[in-house]
Amino acid sequence: MSDVVLSLQKLHKRFGALQATNDVSLDLQQGEIHALIGPNGAGKSTLIGQIAGNIRPDEGRVYLADTEITGMNIAQRARLGLGRSFQVSSLAEPLSVMRNVMMGVQALQSHSFRFWKPVARDQQLLEPAYEALERMQLSHRAWTPVSELSHGERRQVEVACALALKPRALLLDEPMAGLGPEGSAKLTELLEALKLEVPILLIEHDMEAVFRLADRISVLVSGSVIAHGDSQAIRQDPRVREAYLGDSDA
Amino acid sequence: MTNNTSSGTTAIALAPKADRHFDRKGLVQMALLGLLLLVPIAAYFMGHIYYVNLASRMTIIAMAAVGLNLAIGYGGMVSFGHAAYFGLGGYVAGISAYHAFDYSLFMSWPISVPGSDSLLVVWLVAALLCALLALAIGAISLRTTGVYFIMITLAFAQMIYYFANSWPTYGGEDGLPIYIRNTLPLVDSSNSLTYFLICFTGLVLAMAITSRLMKSRFGAALTMARLNDVRLATAGISPYPIRLVAFVISAAITGLAGALYADLNGFVSPTSLSWHFSGELMVIVILGGVGRLYGPLAGAVLFVMMETLLGGITQYWQLFLGLVLLGVVLFAKHGVMGWLAGREHNE
Amino acid sequence: MSVTLLIEQILNGVQLGTMLFLMASGLTLVFGVMGLINLAHGSFYMVGAYATAAVTASTGSFLLGLSAGIAAAACVGALVELIVIRRLYHRPHLDQVLATFALILIFSEGTRWIFGSSPMRLSPPSWLTGFVTLPGDTRYPIYRLMLIGVGITVSIALYFLISKTRLGMRIRAGESDREMIGALGVNISKLYTVVFALGAGLAGLAGALVGALQSVQVGMGEPVLILAFVVIVIGGIGSIKGALLGALLVGLVDTLGRVYLPIFFRAFMPPSEASGVGAALAAMLIYILMAVILAFKPKGLFSAHD
Repeated sequence: MSDVVLSLQKLHKRFGALQATNDVSLDLQQGEIHALIGPNGAGKSTLIGQIAGNIRPDEGRVYLADTEITGMNIAQRARLGLGRSFQVSSLAEPLSVMRNVMMGVQALQSHSFRFWKPVARDQQLLEPAYEALERMQLSHRAWTPVSELSHGERRQVEVACALALKPRALLLDEPMAGLGPEGSAKLTELLEALKLEVPILLIEHDMEAVFRLADRISVLVSGSVIAHGDSQAIRQDPRVREAYLGDSDA
Repeated sequence: MTNNTSSGTTAIALAPKADRHFDRKGLVQMALLGLLLLVPIAAYFMGHIYYVNLASRMTIIAMAAVGLNLAIGYGGMVSFGHAAYFGLGGYVAGISAYHAFDYSLFMSWPISVPGSDSLLVVWLVAALLCALLALAIGAISLRTTGVYFIMITLAFAQMIYYFANSWPTYGGEDGLPIYIRNTLPLVDSSNSLTYFLICFTGLVLAMAITSRLMKSRFGAALTMARLNDVRLATAGISPYPIRLVAFVISAAITGLAGALYADLNGFVSPTSLSWHFSGELMVIVILGGVGRLYGPLAGAVLFVMMETLLGGITQYWQLFLGLVLLGVVLFAKHGVMGWLAGREHNE
Repeated sequence: MSVTLLIEQILNGVQLGTMLFLMASGLTLVFGVMGLINLAHGSFYMVGAYATAAVTASTGSFLLGLSAGIAAAACVGALVELIVIRRLYHRPHLDQVLATFALILIFSEGTRWIFGSSPMRLSPPSWLTGFVTLPGDTRYPIYRLMLIGVGITVSIALYFLISKTRLGMRIRAGESDREMIGALGVNISKLYTVVFALGAGLAGLAGALVGALQSVQVGMGEPVLILAFVVIVIGGIGSIKGALLGALLVGLVDTLGRVYLPIFFRAFMPPSEASGVGAALAAMLIYILMAVILAFKPKGLFSAHD
């Protein structure tokens, strides 16, 4: 079990009459990309919320490595090494790329109640942030305001922000959304290189990317995991074809 | 497909340095601060004490607005209750002088607390009490956002206002006079120019602290909390404590200004706690240019000048203030500093 | 501490509550439908009172004056919406606060300019003066009883307006989904003007009624405005039901606190000190109530919005 980095155990979440998450158990192991797919309305967002910390499950537990994080807030989970990116880009637009990425480095090093030393020349902050940017091949844009970046570059910055946390696990919510084929191919390449260091739980609509990247795939329909396996198995699973490919492969 | 990520160089490209030459913005700022310092000194030696005190008033109100600007401009917390801290600071000066004047005790149990006529003591107590009050008010208010936050900070300030109004010991609605200005060691605080210079130092310190603060890690976190608090939390920093601490510092600065103001006027009354004053402080911050270091100063200078000039012509000068304010809000979003010194760049 | 006093004070509390509801319902509607925080709502209260006083003085008829007061407040409200407010809907709250604060300055100083600084006379018509005797030998002013009656009538009318009419349906649609209502082909800007004028008219009604009880002067709307803020924060911004409950709660707590807290402190303090402490605490009571409610429910009792 020592290879398991992130594990969800029997999560349940109900909103009124809607069972948004129904007995979901998943894990993410060292060195892999585990993709979570499912048609719209399958409860992916609710599940991500429970992993990231903005939604509390009614039942069940979430573990990061050996630590239970079910009761922790977003910031605590992030400091423990859970990096995430958002479906809709959520960077601070007017600030430079560097200032966005530095935030995670800052959180990791100590509390933020340090009032005196300017951050603009703080090598302790700059170096790790720069490194994270280099990993995403974006260091040449370090001092560009996010508002001037292309859509694809923003996606890369989001991942760099997560990397700045030196995460044990990455939770990427539709990183390919809105990318053209070229951007998508580039990000796929970057993620493939990344997974050896940080395992990734990938929520993605882009099936081409999923089948290329994922070592394992779980299919979520109506709040439950209905199938689980490698891409070969998932492609051939009749339930998946019926529930998923049937009604949303428009 | 790995790229050359580990080349030997460790030197990291620093942020492109801002132009250190005196650009337009720098000139406007220097001129503003220089005039504020030099005009009263000249007025003093020409015997116009009135203008010295007027400059003191500008300076103090600017300092109060610097405090509020930290909350609104840098922290994105639209506090409609900063008069509470301004007034509390004023009452600390007033009550302390009141007890020092007749050698009575502020309280006798559980420990005996006498009054004091020392400005240093007054300032320390004012800053501490305002910080404590802001800690309590902020802890509740910051659980909410948006309109709730605006209304709740307003309501709490109103609570303090009514309390001061109906508590008879210190004058109630009539206010409390300070017969002798509180004192400092070595200098004569009762001299109008000396007192102006004290206030000016206070303002410059408040601005310097704000500037330094906003460049630090704390400032980086606060900026992110204002721009995108989800991003901040996702980066591993909880926004709530960051905001709370900024709110407390903001209140302490405004409270110090309030203490200075009471000693300037030799008087403190519930008016300094009123919601109208909270509104005026916001107006000053916005007139000057919200979230800019020199904005509160520009706003305060403009406000006090309008009050003095227009107020000299018509007793209904606030009608014109209203029209100007409406115009600024609707059509000139960047305030006086935006107009004089150009847009602010977030590096 | 007699029963008579208690009944009388409860009625006073309900009366304050109903008047607060007239103010708060407009504020909360405007926030619920347009997402706007309007500080100048107290100005409509003042406009209603001044127009009522002026027309009553010149015609001698209180009812005519009252109608004029409501109409004036609603018209001023519609005008303000057309000229200023509609530019603010998509602005941040800070801009809304400042622009409507500017409106307060303009209205207050403008009124002072036109009518002078001294209060205007407005008293209830003779057929509404005098007292009624209620069960338990409580003598209570007819006029105040009438205010409660008006408050209840307006609440019921507002309930029907919102739940049963076309306008109400649109208001509810606007509250739940602003884009949707545009897509349905409803003329949003007209709807907004109507809702704003409706709120202003209600505030004008409250101002006129209370003005006859207290006094008609510049700045009279501001304390009421802040109480109305407390009401809608307690009730949950955007919720009419919350506004009603909050208004009654604030009215009762404030009125009873002012009477009974000094009496309470007299039990174990010298009388002079007791009245001081009691009065000071009573003045803070509703804000403490608000703080306590917010500590448990940060969005108020009946929140309609996030």
